[in-house]
Amino acid sequence: MSKMKTSRAIGFRSSALTLAAILSVITISSASGFSHSTPGGTSGMVQVASADASASSVTEVKIDNFAFTPGVVTVKAGTQVTWINHDDIPHTVDSTQGKFKSAALDTDDKFQFRFTEPGEYPFYCRMHPKMTGKIIVQP
Amino acid sequence: MADKKQDLIDQKLQDFNNDGVDRRGFLKCMAWAGTGLVWAMSGGLPVSQAFAKSGGKDVGKGADFSFVQVSDSHIGFSKPANPDVTATLQVAIDRINAMTHKPDFIIHTGDLSQLSKPSEFDTLDQALKGISAKQIYFVPGEHDMLTDNGEQYLQRFGKDTKGAGWYSFDHKGVHFVGLVNVANLKAGGLGSLGHEQLEWLEDDLKGRSASTPIVLFAHIPLWTIYPDWGWGTDDSEQALSYVKRFGSVTVLNGHIHQVMQKVEGKVSFHTAMSTAFPQPAPGTAPSAGPMKVPADQLQKVLGITDVNYLVSGTSLAIVDSPLDGSAPSTQGKSAS
Repeated sequence: MSKMKTSRAIGFRSSALTLAAILSVITISSASGFSHSTPGGTSGMVQVASADASASSVTEVKIDNFAFTPGVVTVKAGTQVTWINHDDIPHTVDSTQGKFKSAALDTDDKFQFRFTEPGEYPFYCRMHPKMTGKIIVQP
Repeated sequence: MADKKQDLIDQKLQDFNNDGVDRRGFLKCMAWAGTGLVWAMSGGLPVSQAFAKSGGKDVGKGADFSFVQVSDSHIGFSKPANPDVTATLQVAIDRINAMTHKPDFIIHTGDLSQLSKPSEFDTLDQALKGISAKQIYFVPGEHDMLTDNGEQYLQRFGKDTKGAGWYSFDHKGVHFVGLVNVANLKAGGLGSLGHEQLEWLEDDLKGRSASTPIVLFAHIPLWTIYPDWGWGTDDSEQALSYVKRFGSVTVLNGHIHQVMQKVEGKVSFHTAMSTAFPQPAPGTAPSAGPMKVPADQLQKVLGITDVNYLVSGTSLAIVDSPLDGSAPSTQGKSAS
């Protein structure tokens, strides 16, 4: 964000320099194994910066040590979310609103659900109800 | 070993039904609940104290009857530390069949299966057919209700029960109540009995004499052991309020795969070992998942619970026996 302010203050030429810097950063992160797509330019920068608070590319919820991780996931409408159980004990994924309900997931079993309607979808494990999480679906 | 254990049980029962024992003094050493309940478990504190107190007194008559609690068989589980839970269940059955005092019946406090699969229930059923005791009473664990809201469990192990599988019966003057606290659990909560079952329980206990010994059994502990891991029951206080007027109440649970006990007034709480795999002590691991132990240690942390009742004195002696046949373990915690 501070980069943005700086580029606005110094004008077009240094803005181009900043863009070059951003591109090189992207190149480096691609080389280190990251594979997120970036629209490019300063507007792309803004989108990346705010990614944590809005729809993310995370569509998998891991079950580890009797917990859903991440506990809250934000996705765009139409996204399919996958839950995968890494514990030695079975768990389930049950919507508290009755919108979805998995069978018992044994170790490495998966459950998938596609969220088409925007809204909040709290869920829990009906075997271990202390385990809770939420999917936030944005338009 | 079996005879030694029998002596121990007889001794305990004798101690607490003759007035020759200094009860007031004994209260201080934690083994006496003040209501005629005797904890003879966990070779350490209560047991050794009892022996010290009793001196060389003659061993009296044995219990009027006994029963055995088996728990958390998890048939279908095959991961470390136990790749063969059917084999360890069989060891438990062999131990029961080898007892010198034959239990009148068995109580299984749930998690018969790992995934509620018909084949898992079949295997358990077949194994338990080899038990010499005539009758086995069940309550379901959360692992037994995974399909059809527990319909399959009810058809096979909960015939003639009410609701999700609760019921009561009388045996030689003792009133037993099997409760279900693993059905319709609410997000964020602990075990739950629910309104309908609580109403039934209140009604079931109504009109019974306060001198009737009561045994409540359910899968998840009916006392709060460790809420972070879900080791407790949200509405157990309500259930316990109905048994307050009784002189002797014993609560037997499973679920946590280890021995723990607490005495609160006239109510004694006890949890049993699993026949399948141990779980960590509360808060000692990132989660309540199976505890991995070396193969040669496994049968030290699996076991059964032998409950002996002397009706005339409303005394009850509980001995937890590891499957490896070693002396009753000292892993139980005592309430002070």
